[in-house]
Amino acid sequence: MNIHEHQAKELLHQFGIPTPKGFAAFSVREAGEATQQLSGPIYVVKAQIHAGGRGKGKFKEASAGEKGGVRLAKSRAEVQTFAEQMLGATLVTVQTGPDGKAVNRLYVTEGVEIERELYLSALIDRTTSRVAFVASAEGGMDIEKVAHETPEKIISVTIDPASGYMPFHGRRIAFALGLKGKQVGQCVKLVGDLYNLVLAKDMSMLEINPLITTKDGQLSCLDAKMSFDSNALYRHPDIVEMRDLSEEDPAEVEASKYDLSYVKLDGTIGCMVNGAGLAMATMDIIKLYGAEPANFLDVGGGATKEKVQAAFKIILSDPAVKGILVNIFGGIMRCDIIAEGVVAAAREMGITVPLVVRLEGTNVELGKKIMAESGLKIVPADDLDDAARKITAAVKEAG
Amino acid sequence: MAILVDKSTKVICQGITGSQGTFHTKQAKAYGTKIVGGVTPGKGGSTHPDPELADVPMFDTVAEAREATGADATSIYVPPPFAADAILEAIDAGFPFIVAITEGIPVLDMVKVKRALQGSGSRLLGPNCPGVLTPNQCKIGIMPGNIFKAGRVGIVSRSGTLTYEAVKQTSDAGLGQSTAVGIGGDPVKGLEFIEVLEMFLADPETDSIIMIGEIGGSAEEDAAEFIKSEAKKGRSKPMAGFIAGATAPPGRRMGHAGAIISGGKGKAEDKFEAMRSAGIAIAPSPAALGTTLMDVLKSQTRHAKLAE
Repeated sequence: MNIHEHQAKELLHQFGIPTPKGFAAFSVREAGEATQQLSGPIYVVKAQIHAGGRGKGKFKEASAGEKGGVRLAKSRAEVQTFAEQMLGATLVTVQTGPDGKAVNRLYVTEGVEIERELYLSALIDRTTSRVAFVASAEGGMDIEKVAHETPEKIISVTIDPASGYMPFHGRRIAFALGLKGKQVGQCVKLVGDLYNLVLAKDMSMLEINPLITTKDGQLSCLDAKMSFDSNALYRHPDIVEMRDLSEEDPAEVEASKYDLSYVKLDGTIGCMVNGAGLAMATMDIIKLYGAEPANFLDVGGGATKEKVQAAFKIILSDPAVKGILVNIFGGIMRCDIIAEGVVAAAREMGITVPLVVRLEGTNVELGKKIMAESGLKIVPADDLDDAARKITAAVKEAG
Repeated sequence: MAILVDKSTKVICQGITGSQGTFHTKQAKAYGTKIVGGVTPGKGGSTHPDPELADVPMFDTVAEAREATGADATSIYVPPPFAADAILEAIDAGFPFIVAITEGIPVLDMVKVKRALQGSGSRLLGPNCPGVLTPNQCKIGIMPGNIFKAGRVGIVSRSGTLTYEAVKQTSDAGLGQSTAVGIGGDPVKGLEFIEVLEMFLADPETDSIIMIGEIGGSAEEDAAEFIKSEAKKGRSKPMAGFIAGATAPPGRRMGHAGAIISGGKGKAEDKFEAMRSAGIAIAPSPAALGTTLMDVLKSQTRHAKLAE
């Protein structure tokens, strides 16, 4: 789960980590009010969307003006003008895709005089199975580009969970960032506080880009991006409250209510599969047969009637879907029960597109019989290959 | 003995009175696994409510269960908020082999577990995995026993249901399996490909190997590198492989936490290339795992005959 920059800054603030002062604004009035509590004379108005590249982004609407999603204002009036232009407009950045994202909230902060821009992030490193900090003196840039072109400019420091964070971790980062004097001590404290925050809130990723040194020699987090481990949200009701459903795909939100994992894709063949690996493999084999999958959908372990029904509904809500492939390797799940679920859901939904069902597991024959006797046009398949061949042929024929 | 488990393996279940623990322990027992005990705190000394498990002794703590039964493996079906605690308890009790089936354990919990495994005598399989099965001998986890056939193919996979595909396809091809191991798709986990591949290479009852990976991370590339360097030392077995997710778009998480292409890393094509360069035959489709391995084995036999 991701949160907005202004929420991330609030968390940083709670943990005593320096950031420029700022306030969230959902209206022009709130944006104006924010300036009263900030020391001018420069203010920054930042569009709040769950995507990076806002500064270099462009609004779709001409009324939003030529400037990007991060704007410098010199007065309260200018802050309000920008707020008027940006709120409700659609911002397109390298990360939003061509459709862009609607800006429903802003973050108004005080301007700071930047001396240097640095990069700092924390993530779970698979190789060492530890929390790792990644730091680079090349801040404000696309870090992946830096990693690709000049890997020597990036250092990675992993934290042993047994010892926890130690000052030397912070010193390594500080010296790699070229910090001097008092800034070294500031950095040691800042990285330690960030580590505590990562652990306290079960973050899966934290990115401070840029971390800056100001003209008066202070370290400050100018931007912050945070993602949280969805498996750990049960112990963080405060984080769950920050979720902004308008930032997420409506079909994916609907799917998550039924514990289904759904990702919309661009093809025409809807897929319902159990297991993420098999679901991806099913997409792959559809492509091998010259068609494109319309989605990734993992129904998980228990394909109950309710789940199957919800899955059909979500798949069919995509108008591009011209056929559906159900591929369930039930294992110890009984195929007759799955077949009953598929039949009941298909009947209630009145499915008109070709439907190919491949079932594997115990009671396979009974499952096939239930589908054959249902009177519905369900095409049974013997194995993965057979299923892919049949659904691609059926869609081609119908199309 | 195949790898990890065989007919002598004595298994307990942590979370044996939960619905998952009950169901799968019954299945394991019916398959012939030696289930010697169960743990649910507060239920020690009582009788399991399910008649099929009424003869399984119950304990309050994992240490007690190990001491009383001499078990050498434990299967964990404890719900995610308590699962790390359960795994750590099993490490503390000195279990040589721990299988965590539980899906949805917070990754920072696993960071602690992984650290605790270092220097311990315990091996962890999982979490979020289907477990391990040696045909006709021992099943720990949730794999369907009916698709297995005793044979000499070792299977290791990051994906649960794709493991079943590989098992079924090798059974249908008449090859059968020595052991199938599902390592699970979580980013921080116990056994990785390399450790399982090492065991298969060392196992006299495994003649060939199928390895199934997914997009995301670099475990498959690391495994391919390992296979390559072992082959240079003269240790190799015929291998076939597949990577799921060639059609997955970058930046989108496919189901579980592991499957994501990020920052241009973890792509299927790079993994295929790494595996190919290690001499692993790549199945052109997930439906061709069995046939691809068959082709490798046939061509090797042909080469062997020509050599004679």
